[in-house]
This record gives sequence, structure tokens and C-alpha cells, in this order.
Amino acid sequence: MSGHDSGGHAVSHKMLIVTCLALLFLTVVTVWASKLDFNELQLPELNIIIAIGIAVVKVTIVGLIFMHLRWDRQFTAFIFVASFVLVGLFISFAMMDTKEYQPEIIQTNSEQVQQMIDALPAAPKSEH
Amino acid sequence: MSQLEIQPDSHGTDHGHDHDHPDHLGHHWENSKQQFEAGKLGMWLFLATEVLLFGGLFCAYSVWRGNHPEIFQYGSQFLDTFWGALNTGVLLISSMTMAMAVTFAARGNRKGIVICLVLTLMGAAGFMIIKYIEYSHKFHEGFLPGYAFYEEPNASHLWLPLEHEHDQDVAHATLETEAHNTAFAHETIDRDEMPLPPPTAEPSVIPAAGTGPDGLTTNELALETAEFAVFLPPSVIGNLENQGPELDFAEHHKPGEVPHLSHPLQDPDRPPNAQKFFTIYFLMTGLHGIHVIIGGVVILWLLLLTLRGRFSKGYYTPIDLGGLYWHIVDVIWIFLFPLFYLI
Amino acid sequence: MVIDMTRLDTGQMQKPDLAPRDNYLTHTRGIWSWLYTLDHKRIGIMYLTCVLSAFFVAGIFALLVRTQLLTPEGTIMGQDDYNQAFTLHGAIMVFLVIIPSIPAALGNFVLPIMLGAKDVAFPRLNLFSFWLWVAGALFFVLALVSGGLDTGWTFYTPYSTDPNSAMGGMIPAVTGAFILGFSSIFTGMNFIVTIHRLRPPGMTWFRMPLFLWGIYATAILQVMATPVLGITLALLAVERAFGIGIFNPALGGDPVLYQHFFWFYSHPAVYIMILPGMAIISDLIAVHSHRHIFGYKFIAYSSIAIALFSFLVWGHHMFTSGQSPLVNVIFSAITFSVAIPSAIKVFNWLATMYKGSISWNTPMLYAMGFIFIFTIGGLTGLHLGTLATDIHLHDTYFVVAHFHYVMMGSALIAMIGGLHHWWPKITGKMYNENWGRLGFTLVFIGFNVTFFTQFMLGSQGMPRRYATYPADAGFQIYHVISSMGSYILAVGFFVTAGYLLQSMFGGRRAPANPWGGRSLEWQCSSPPPHDNFSQTPTVGDCYDFSVLEWNEDEQGYVWRSDIPHPGEEEPGGH
Repeated sequence: MSGHDSGGHAVSHKMLIVTCLALLFLTVVTVWASKLDFNELQLPELNIIIAIGIAVVKVTIVGLIFMHLRWDRQFTAFIFVASFVLVGLFISFAMMDTKEYQPEIIQTNSEQVQQMIDALPAAPKSEH
Repeated sequence: MSQLEIQPDSHGTDHGHDHDHPDHLGHHWENSKQQFEAGKLGMWLFLATEVLLFGGLFCAYSVWRGNHPEIFQYGSQFLDTFWGALNTGVLLISSMTMAMAVTFAARGNRKGIVICLVLTLMGAAGFMIIKYIEYSHKFHEGFLPGYAFYEEPNASHLWLPLEHEHDQDVAHATLETEAHNTAFAHETIDRDEMPLPPPTAEPSVIPAAGTGPDGLTTNELALETAEFAVFLPPSVIGNLENQGPELDFAEHHKPGEVPHLSHPLQDPDRPPNAQKFFTIYFLMTGLHGIHVIIGGVVILWLLLLTLRGRFSKGYYTPIDLGGLYWHIVDVIWIFLFPLFYLI
Repeated sequence: MVIDMTRLDTGQMQKPDLAPRDNYLTHTRGIWSWLYTLDHKRIGIMYLTCVLSAFFVAGIFALLVRTQLLTPEGTIMGQDDYNQAFTLHGAIMVFLVIIPSIPAALGNFVLPIMLGAKDVAFPRLNLFSFWLWVAGALFFVLALVSGGLDTGWTFYTPYSTDPNSAMGGMIPAVTGAFILGFSSIFTGMNFIVTIHRLRPPGMTWFRMPLFLWGIYATAILQVMATPVLGITLALLAVERAFGIGIFNPALGGDPVLYQHFFWFYSHPAVYIMILPGMAIISDLIAVHSHRHIFGYKFIAYSSIAIALFSFLVWGHHMFTSGQSPLVNVIFSAITFSVAIPSAIKVFNWLATMYKGSISWNTPMLYAMGFIFIFTIGGLTGLHLGTLATDIHLHDTYFVVAHFHYVMMGSALIAMIGGLHHWWPKITGKMYNENWGRLGFTLVFIGFNVTFFTQFMLGSQGMPRRYATYPADAGFQIYHVISSMGSYILAVGFFVTAGYLLQSMFGGRRAPANPWGGRSLEWQCSSPPPHDNFSQTPTVGDCYDFSVLEWNEDEQGYVWRSDIPHPGEEEPGGH
């Protein structure tokens, strides 16, 4: 088996080009969608949801086609997905926690930063 | 991570294999397929670590954005969507050429591999050039992470070029007012009912942590309006007669309009800690840029190996694995682009 | 079940030479043949040597800490030096000793042989991992000389990122830890791929020795958790160097976020430390009780369960740090459940011993010590996982005692037990059993005297990381007892090192199978040949000891002559 074709399947060039065009198209779509204003619908978050959603679709396409996951063992895709799941876990707990204690934080520049702003020139020097 | 070539066997006679042993096959593998699959598994594990590495930064982004969306909405206007989209396109196309290189390799077409790797390399270089353009513009304009955002001389030359002393006084006083008012902004429940801003002659007093002016603790104050509101101090909208000399700015700008500025420090209406946007921007795109460079080096190495004839239809594992690495660099950018440039 | 029907080289399988002249130690000679070796066994030995040296250094720091605390106003050093002492003790022990110890030192040696493989999946990556360890260690040395390190091994912000506060060795230390993280990641990657792809015919997942299950679960953690440490340390270094404000409240950053980042790795890290220890104990108990492991699947699944659960409980290190009550409750609840798989293992081990034919050799003594100490350590973890009691106990000596019970008393004890268990295989020599028992006794007594008193100290309020303490609080007597215990412990370690080293030069020749183990590493000679096995062996049930019998000439166990090997029809082989 040693001289045997080690990889086996190769993605056809045509499929790669079509995939790339699809991805570029999705990029255009996401730029266009970001300029839409959903404020009238009381849903400004929709921009974020659409942008992330399209990004997820693009990543899935890259993973399946470019990274060959469609033809690889399932375990490989499992590893990839698992890493995102862990990141998601991390983010959700951290966001949950920090959101809870935001009320105790004063929303302003700190003293230190405020002093730096004040120290910038064009702040009037009254002696002059 | 991949067995590129068999090490010169110091234990030459100990092979018990019955079949022939190609050069690229490690002595502990039964056959090429086993080695290739193992290499792939190893590479995917490494990609998982890359996802988790960036995941930490995505966590910082999410936490900050979730708690201060106004900073991000404000900051993203200073990034040029054009360059970001161009970078996205460049990386996507280079991903395609990389995948094509793998296909050529599987078919044993050496020339095809070389052309595609060169194109991918050009994509990497293109990305870094665009990044360089963006970064140098930012550094020049004083958009720097952390304290550097506020430090002289970066920001000073961008200060409002106010010629009249009177205007300078007003600008200074407005900043003080703004700093004071930001502490009270979350008190605002109805924009028609503005609390009167304090007289501008007084030095601003930031209340002690946890207590508002009427003795209410900050966590008893209404917060909903702070969350997604475009952050503007009351001094600009309404009650203009109470704040002393009118500002040029307030006269010529509608409430809620964000002025086109070259630097946030010119804008008295910026949200506090606006530099956080640029901090996380530089951290994430910087780390990504480092990975693009690493990817570029890997591709260059693959190119050199191809030119030296190391690969064949039966063995092209490094190209496949290097391609995977390049794709993950692309995947990360696919997430970064909308997060910073679009939303 | 796939059985390889090719003719095996049964001469090697059945009757390996006693210390064949050509083994992995003698195969090639010279320092470079070691430093550039791709042989997993040699890499394992190099790791072992380095890890034990680091253990010695960190142990010295520990003795300094204990000596300092003999008197209330401090015995031998000032506050700043004390801060450095406990920081370096912790950082070196965690990053340079415990995390790599079992996987990199013992695992590297044993894992491929247990799989009947010639090497790990990526031998060059393995060597690279080792050199990364060395580089990380050098950075720690650099940290020592370039300003010192006094932040505690946890590098908490904002102290560590303020250049005016923490000592100047921060950035080299953090860089060193970053590099060590990659050493750990690559080792984990190597082991996962090796276990997936290099198992021999007949060894399905549930026929693997449980040591491999534990190493596999550890490797998952090493790969998935360590990158978060990487980014955390990188952010620390950037913040310290450039003041970017990610964890600095003055710039809108959040120091509690740092703790989330840090503990998201460091909690799985402590399971990286304990899982291999548990893995060793499973095998030790089964072999030395000469009894099939009880509840194989339960132990295997609980290893994976511990690995997965460990990602869900990191917040229990932050109960008093300003974490919100909501999240406190969630983490506390999940922390209770993470104790369950560990308990399942302990019960299975005890059940394994029941009606076994137990040989009280040194590895078995260490295994017993492990069970006793780990039970205490695990139970006191529940005290700390309970919100109400943790408010009182956090940052006291109770915590110090708890983690020493699980990290040192369990993980390290298991490592030493494993070292004794595989010592004949690694060196081809037997150590003196009586000295072994003495060494264990000293270590066990010393350990418990040192750390049990610290539970009492902590619950009475003695804070950790304090160089001095009030004279009237009644702490001193406990501190003195604890320090005396630490000196006994040190003597125990020196005794152990002494007789092990002596055995390398003057010990009795070891047979292939001194303890009667059934897993594949006992079927090659002691020490193994360079290639481990010339033909891939076949496996049966690695906990079925009935096929072995004691051979008086060899002073070891051999395959019974009336039972065929797996894959053969006739007993006797050749």
C-alpha cells in the first residue's frame, strides 16, 4: 500500500471556483446588509445577527469545501465544531457575569484618563 | 506536524516490514494512508487550538461590546469598509488558490502547484500591504490602543484648531461638563426632561462610586436607556440657553449625528473610553496579521519544497496541511471583518 | 475483533532476553544521540530528568516558605523575598513539573509501547515539545535574574500589569509559561493522534489499558484548554509592556475578566494534572491486586466526563473576586457534579482490590496513599465549592491544603508510584523494596503532617501568601508542625531519589514482567529494544491476569505454557 495514492479525493477546480464566487457574493451581501438601517423596526441588533449569520455561513462553506470536511471523517468536523462550542461557552459565561455587575460601574472616563485629556494642548492656558 | 521525510535510519537493519518503504514514510507507520490521515488529524487539532486562541479575544470583544455597544458603534466609523472588504476578497481568493494547489498536488501536476502557491503567496502579501496601509494611517492619525490614544503628541495635533481664546475656553468647559454629565447620562429617562447641567464655571465633580447626586446608588438608576442609545450628553440637545456661550458644534449638527472627524478626541460627544474599540481592533487584527505572516512563511516553504520535487501524487501531505492552516487564517478574518468594519 | 494472522516474532514476545545487550539505552551513544533523538523512550527520560530537577528547585522554594513561617514575624526573609519564594514555588511546580510530569515523562515512555507501536505519531514534534520545555524553563531562569517574580503563580491583574508594582521578571516569566503551554499542546496533539491511529489490531477503544484512557482525556484538555492560557499570557505581556488597558479599569478594562481568562485554562489544567495520576492508579491497582479492573467502562467514561466537566467549573476560583452571584451559583452547582466521576473511580478501585491477591510492593503502597489522600483532597474541594463556606475559606490555608492534597498528594504521589511501577521497564533494574517502603512511609507521613495541619490553619483564618502572621492567633503551633512535616517529606524524597539512583548502578537485573502486568509494555524486554516491537503484537484483555504465572528463574511473570497467545491456536508459540 505504500506507493498508493495517499490522499484519495481531490476537490475539482470547478467546484473551488464556484465556491469562491459564492463566498465573494456573500461578502457583497453582508456589506450591503450592514448599511441597512433597522432602527425603525426597533431592532438595531438585527444588523449584528445578519452579519454574524452570514459569517457563519461563509465559514461553514470554507470548512466543508476548501477544508475538505465534506469528504473527511466525521470526527475531524467534530473537533472543529467542538472548539467553537468551547469558545461559545467561554463567551456566554463571561458575558453573563460581566453584565450582572455593570450597574455598579460608573460609565465615564477614569480620573487618570480625564487628566490626560485635560492635559492635551488647546486646553486654554489662562496666564497667557 | 507532518512526516516530510524519513530520518536517516540509524538503526538501519531493524525494519521488519515486508513491503517497500518510500522515503516519505515514517518508520512507525504501516502505510502512507495511515500517515496522511494521522497528519490531518494532528493538523485539525492544531487548528482547534488556533480557534481557541482567537476565541479568547472574541470573548473580550463580546464582553466589551455587550456592555458598551456605543463604543463599538462609534468606533467602527473610523475604519474604512473598503479596505476591509478588499482584504476579505483577497483572502477568499487566496484560499481558493490554496485549495487549487492541493487539487493539483493530488493530481500530480507540479506546475499547477507552483502557480497556485505563488498566487496564494501574492494574496498573503496583498493582505499585509493593505493592512500596512490601514495601520500606518491609523498610527499617523493617532489611533492607538490604550493610553497612547490620549497621549501627546499623537492626539494633540488633532485638537480642534480653535483660534479664539473664547472658543478654547468653551471647548475646555464643555469637556468638563461632558465628563460630569456622562456620570449622569444613565439617569435620563426621558429626553424631554433633561436635568439641568451644572454651571460651566464649576470644576466638574465625578460622584463617588455607587452614589448619584440625590443619594441614589447607581444600580438603582435606570439603565435601559444607557444600553443602546447613541451616547450624547444633554449639553448638545436641549437646554442650550443654560450652558453659556453656544457652541459652533451644536449649531451645525443635529442631535444624534456623529460628526465626520479625523480623531475621536476632536469630538466632545464621543463615548467615554472610546479607545477600547481601537485596543481590541489592534489586538485582534494584529494577532491575525501575525498568523498571516506565519501562513505566508509556510506557503513559501511549501513552494520551495515543490520546486525541489519533494511531492508527488502519492505524497503531498504538507501541502494539504499547510492549506488547512491557510484556510483557518481565512476563517478568522471572515469573522473579524463584520465585527469591526460592518456592525 | 481484527486479529493479525501474520506470524509473530514470538521469540521476542514470549521469552524476551533479560536486558538484551542492544536496548534503547545502548543503541546509540553520545550526548547528541540523546539531545537529537527521535526515540520516544529517550525523550521521556530527558523529560523525567528535567522535570525532577525542576521539582527539586521548586521544592527548595517550598522549604524556604515553610521555614519562613516557623515564627510569626518571619524567620528568614522579608515580604518581597517571600512573595518571590511562593510565586516561584507555585509557577515552577505548576508549569514545569506537575503538568508535564506524567504525560511527558512517563506517558512518552510507556504510551507507544502499551500500544505496541514503534513510536508516537509525530516523533519530531515530540522532540520539539521537549525543547520547548527547556526554553520555557530558561525563560523562568531569566525571570529570576531580570527582576524577580512576585505576583503569585496566578499573575492576577492589576498588580501584575502595573510596572510600578510587580517585579520586572513578569514578562520573561509569562513568555516562559506561554512557551510551556505550547510544549503541552504539542504533547497532547501527539498523544491523541497516536491513540487514534496507532492502536494495534485487536485493541479497540475498550481494550485499551486505562492508563491510555486517562492520557487521552488529559490530551483533550491539553489541546483545548491551553490556547486560552496562551492568549491570556500574551495579553498580560502586551498590557504590561504597552499599557493597552484590557484589564485595567482606568482604561475601561476589567480585572475580573482576566480571572475568567486565566481560570478557563487553569481549571482544566488541574485536571490535566490529576487525570494522568488517576490513569496510573487504575493500572497499578489492577496489576498489584492481580485482579481484573472493576468497572472498566465506568472508569473509561468517567475520565472523559471529568475532562468535559472541567470546562464548566472555572468560576469556582472566583467566588470572592467580584463575580456576580448568578454566575457564582451556577458554577457552584456544576462543581458539585464534577466530583461524581472522580468518586466513581475511587469506588471502582476499591472494588478491584476486593478479593484480590494483593502484593504490597512500593507501587501499590503509593496507590493506597493516593486513594487516602485523594479522598481527603476531593472532599475538601466540596467545602470550597460551597459558596457559603468558601467565603470564609477562600485565600486561606484551607485552599492551600486542598490543592496540595490533590496536586501533590495525589498527582505527584501517583507519578512516583508510576515511576516505581515502570522503573524496571525503563532502567532494566529493580530497586530495593525495603528502601522503597521506607521512602513511601516518610513521604506519606511527612505529607499528611505538613498539609493536614494546614486545613486547621485555614479554617481558623490564616491567610495564604502571607509572610508573617499574628503571634497571638494560635497559628504558630500549626505552622511549626506543618514545617516539621515538610522536612520529613523532604527527607522522604531524598531517600527515594537515593535508592532509585543506586538501583541504576547496583540494582538487580529486572525481568520483562516483574509485577505480572498484562499490558503490552510487559511483553518486551526490560529495558525495551530500540524499536519496541519488531512486529505489531496482538492483544487480548489487558486486565486478564490469569494467563500469567510466576517464574522462579526469571524472578518475574511469564505467559503460562498451557494457554495460547491471542491470535494463536496452540499454546507454546515457538
